[in-house]
Amino acid sequence: MKTMRKLSKIAALASGVSFLSVGAASAVEIEYWQYVFDTRVAAVDQLITNFQAANPDITVKHVTFPYADYPTRVVAGTMAGQGPDVVQFFYGWLDNFIAQDLLQPLDPAVFPAAEIEADFFPIVSAMSRDGSYYGLPTAVRSLALFYNKDRMTAFGLDPNSPPTTLDELIAQAAASTERDGAGNYTSIGLTVEMGGQDHHWWREALVRQFGGVPYDENGDVAYTSDEGKAAFRWYTELNTAQHVGAPGFMDEGQAAFRAGLATFTIDGTFRLGGFAANPFEWGVTELPANAAGERGNYSSYFANGIGADVTGEELEAAQKFLAYLSSEEAMTVWLDVVGELPARRTTALSEENLANPIYGPFLRGLEYAHTTRFYDESGQRQIMLDAANRVFLEGLSPEEALDIAGQAEQAIINDLR
Amino acid sequence: MSVTDPNGAAEGRPGLWNRLGIRTKHVLWAWAFLAIPVLFYVVIRFYPTFDAFWLSLTDGNIRRGPSFIGLENYARMYADPVFWKVFGNTFLYLLIGTPVSLVISFTIAYYLDRVRFMHGLIRALYFLPYLTTAAAMGWVWRFLYQPVPIGMINSFLTSIGLEQQPFLRSTDQALMAATIPAIWAGLGFQIIIFMAGLRAIPSSFYEAARIDGLGEWAILRKITLPLLKPTTIFLVVLSSIGFLRIFDQVQSLTANDPGGPLNATKPLVMLIYQTAFSSFRMGYASAQTVILFLVLLLISLLQLWLLRDKK
Repeated sequence: MKTMRKLSKIAALASGVSFLSVGAASAVEIEYWQYVFDTRVAAVDQLITNFQAANPDITVKHVTFPYADYPTRVVAGTMAGQGPDVVQFFYGWLDNFIAQDLLQPLDPAVFPAAEIEADFFPIVSAMSRDGSYYGLPTAVRSLALFYNKDRMTAFGLDPNSPPTTLDELIAQAAASTERDGAGNYTSIGLTVEMGGQDHHWWREALVRQFGGVPYDENGDVAYTSDEGKAAFRWYTELNTAQHVGAPGFMDEGQAAFRAGLATFTIDGTFRLGGFAANPFEWGVTELPANAAGERGNYSSYFANGIGADVTGEELEAAQKFLAYLSSEEAMTVWLDVVGELPARRTTALSEENLANPIYGPFLRGLEYAHTTRFYDESGQRQIMLDAANRVFLEGLSPEEALDIAGQAEQAIINDLR
Repeated sequence: MSVTDPNGAAEGRPGLWNRLGIRTKHVLWAWAFLAIPVLFYVVIRFYPTFDAFWLSLTDGNIRRGPSFIGLENYARMYADPVFWKVFGNTFLYLLIGTPVSLVISFTIAYYLDRVRFMHGLIRALYFLPYLTTAAAMGWVWRFLYQPVPIGMINSFLTSIGLEQQPFLRSTDQALMAATIPAIWAGLGFQIIIFMAGLRAIPSSFYEAARIDGLGEWAILRKITLPLLKPTTIFLVVLSSIGFLRIFDQVQSLTANDPGGPLNATKPLVMLIYQTAFSSFRMGYASAQTVILFLVLLLISLLQLWLLRDKK
């Protein structure tokens, strides 16, 4: 991008125009980086077109990388001085990104903290460190229970009354699970996959519904309490005692649901695009409540921040683009194209959105959702995956497996704090 | 530029060059041509290797640069049960993979060498998997290993009344399940090399042996195997290095939980990758790399020494 500017200056000089006057009026090019996900790429392309129309002196170059490679590319690009000007990142990567100096704090004169806190859902506070905001989301995600109406009908369940409580979930899932003579699952009631979204469901919904908290106010592991252990036992018993589903069935939970071989699956807003082409009738409902009617949910988001090395007119352009990406207009585009919920309360909680049979349950979930403060998102996810595997594959009791997980996760937290 | 050029000396170029002997000049020319590849090799291979040694003694932020911490990374590694589990896995890949793949590929090459009917086609079919990318192959095997109703192997097992197997979703079967595709993928190459080795043995040796009345087994033991030794050494070393550096097959076989359930299939290279690029601990990852390098060096030297020609 620097080369581009240099080239345009040289070209201007060659055409006999004064250096200074062109320098001031020359177009700024900034780079926006995100990972490849078809609908997100389409949405950003549309937003860039709108933004450039309103800001003809700014060009935004859209750069994408495969998800698996993405954080590595951001690190490598920034190290080489070729990093992004505006960069999209998962909120759980923030501490890692700050520790590696990949981001700069947002200028409070341009993005006042009070305004951010008033306009966005409270989960945006996860972007704040020592009073400075490092990023702003366009959209937020929450979880919901997806159900296959065709399967419900086929198993004699009412497709218009999906489970509202945990007990109903187990009952309806059990009624729609099939096993062959040898006990192998041929279709399942509920997907059981800690490596998918279940670790979020367990941490932020189930632990709380069983009366515990996943982490205490200092951010230390607290789910090893009796309540947390009861929640973990309940979760693992979906496979070991209730037999409503098996981890690894059809390789992944979402694949099983898409193939029409799972009645229920817990997944996020981002799956709406993928499930759109399902060859059966399906619906979405809020995550089931406990017997006392308490619900829980987990919310997360990708935020956009500004690269550590961006200065001068590029910084100004980057700030303008970031402001546009977190505007109401951008959020409406994002909801239409990607299917993710707006991060601003007023945009999200419109009558129309709340009444939408698909978005409605996710939006209602946002009201009581919690956002986990991750120190090392993939490491902490792996620990829950290992805990479930210790029960499912090694026959450890859920309580013992959870104690091991708690120690390992606390070690990660201590290490990175 | 030949030294025998009569004009060179006659026209009075009594420089240093002309005083050199022909052998020295050849050597100098050789080095002049080699200089660029050697320099290139040093910069892209040796420099990063030695840099890894230095990085392994450091910790710190990627952008602000490393800070020296002595042997702390090694101490951490020594105390890390995951490292030892992964270290053990890596040796299991080597100890299972290398001998099994060599025995199978030798057996196939030995018999394929005698097949005349459609010899070229059969050989090409064996070589085909070697041309496939490990990632694509991993996904196909991952599909084969699935539980019913989609996994082919399990569907077959249950159809004949046997119990379905967890394969990759088990802490005791997963490593074996990941080794099989790796062995299978390397067979084509090993078969071709073994066949080239078999063809290089002069047929007069066999004829003489048969005239002397030696049986097939004796011929194999006394002529074929000893004369194949250079080929075998080459393949043992190459295949060992391959199994010690296994990564891509395992990654695509267990992408949901990379490294298998509870690290059951995680090889050292994957641990290094995760340490470096998921946790961004470059110093610690370098320390693991140094250990892998030393292990590879040691094993290669040991094998060369064990299999050397005793004169």
